[in-house]
Amino acid sequence: MENKRLELSNSQLKWETLFKRILIAMSVLLLLIVLGVFVTLVIESLPSIKALGIGYLWGKVWDPVQNIYGAYPFLLGTLLTSFIALIISIPFSYAIAIYLGEYNPKGWLSDLLKNTVELIAAVPSIIYGFWGLFVLVPLIRTLEIKLGILPYGIGIFTASIILAVMIIPYGASLGITLIRMVPSPLKEGAYALGATRWEVIRSVIMPYTRSGLFAGVLLSLGRALGETMAVTMLIGNTSAIGDSFKNIIFGPSNTMASVIANEFTEADHTEYLSALIELGLVLFLVTVVINLIGKRIITKFTNN
Amino acid sequence: MEAKIGTRNIKSIFFKGIIVFFAFLITVPLIIVLLYIIKQGASQINWRFLSHVPAPVGETGGGIINALVGSFIMVMLAAVVAIPVGMAAGIYLSENPRTRLAYYTGLCVDILQGVPSIVVGIVVYFWLVKPLGTFSALSGSAALAIMMLPIVIRSTEQTLKLLPDSLKEAALSLGVPYHRVILKVIVPCGFAGILSGITLSIARVIGETAPLLFTAFGNPYLSGSITKPMESLPHLIFTYATSPYDDWHNLAWGASFILLVFVLTLNIITKVMTRKWKVQL
Repeated sequence: MENKRLELSNSQLKWETLFKRILIAMSVLLLLIVLGVFVTLVIESLPSIKALGIGYLWGKVWDPVQNIYGAYPFLLGTLLTSFIALIISIPFSYAIAIYLGEYNPKGWLSDLLKNTVELIAAVPSIIYGFWGLFVLVPLIRTLEIKLGILPYGIGIFTASIILAVMIIPYGASLGITLIRMVPSPLKEGAYALGATRWEVIRSVIMPYTRSGLFAGVLLSLGRALGETMAVTMLIGNTSAIGDSFKNIIFGPSNTMASVIANEFTEADHTEYLSALIELGLVLFLVTVVINLIGKRIITKFTNN
Repeated sequence: MEAKIGTRNIKSIFFKGIIVFFAFLITVPLIIVLLYIIKQGASQINWRFLSHVPAPVGETGGGIINALVGSFIMVMLAAVVAIPVGMAAGIYLSENPRTRLAYYTGLCVDILQGVPSIVVGIVVYFWLVKPLGTFSALSGSAALAIMMLPIVIRSTEQTLKLLPDSLKEAALSLGVPYHRVILKVIVPCGFAGILSGITLSIARVIGETAPLLFTAFGNPYLSGSITKPMESLPHLIFTYATSPYDDWHNLAWGASFILLVFVLTLNIITKVMTRKWKVQL
């Protein structure tokens, strides 16, 4: 009897150690995946890093046929689409955050709005791209004709509009949580001094949540930089840079993600492929840094 | 504060109006997109559409069975890998929050969550497609699994962290071994939260196109082999939407409608679950 119990507890102990080891192994696996992603990107982009050096990043010409690679058009395209999208999205995500965080945190109307915002994030980017291609592009084309610009329809501006819609939920949902965390004594104090609702929002809530809302903007930016499908379908995929500001904003262009999506399977020699992967590496590093800074700010904010 | 209270009140109401306006304006694009997809897509759906492969250019009819089957196989395969791995890592994170490994794993989850999906596609291309010599459903699943992992891990971790320690302590004091405490007490208690995380992660990857471009690639024929290229719903939409033929656009509208129905249903299921069991994601 005694012996059997001992045996049982021994086998239990073995299972216990095995279980703990599996848990650790899976955590290590995750570490290895992320490390592997980075290492693979670096190794595969080495040929291009060696051949082109750092000048690759501001080389203005991308011509695979002549074997000339410069990333500047894509950096410009990515930054422009992301920042225009960000500027369009900020008023919306701040308004949603303030409305759901302060004015109307409970009730069916706020539930409805909150669910809408979540659904916007749920719709796959390919569907936004498809819709944009058939509905938004003709609209923009009409607008461009009225403004007297070459009516491409597709381009940085069109892509930015769709991108703005797609990133609004990220800034908004974080903002809602943060604004609800503002301690009510602060707000009550302001009301007691005779402040109006707007004055409380402007001089108590906004300053209190500033860093957190900024983190939300950073996270949306990270999203926007890496967004691929919708942008690929709407940006026009040209590696040349427009000659005037108007032509750059309204004309076709390319982002880092879209050029990878379009040309990766066509890249027929090492240097071409590796130049594309180097773009992926840049994209990876930039989004990692932006995301980690954003998360750091949020953790700091929530801990205070 | 020299302004009179009247003007200040008007200013307050004015800004409230602006905020309400912008906040509700966001429903407009969603409604327009949803209605447009329903209008274009719903009329395409019939039995033929669901049971045939796409027709070649010039022929009418044809369906998307290859993409339906392909998406199902790849997402299931990805889920089979990502769920146990993600749950194990999530359990580790919630059980050992202060170890160095937990810190770095947490960091990696954050990183993985922000990695653009196209980058995952590139990397899996070099991990699986190049060594195997061909695009394959297997590599597509691997890419989707990597996209699912952070969501599963975070939802597991968050749910289990909310459970009271007394649960675990009570079970341990009865002499139950550690692995049984976790598997039979802790995980079942947090089941709702973990399950909603899983549905959310499936909803997220079912519409992912970018990681499949260089991994599963696409296939105009019905294929059940995971070592061969395979079509998926989002990839089919991408290929056919950017083609110049009207028949193909219609096929893509129908596929978009079905994809949208899947994604929205999964999201609503998640919503209902989180509401019913009051889990926080």
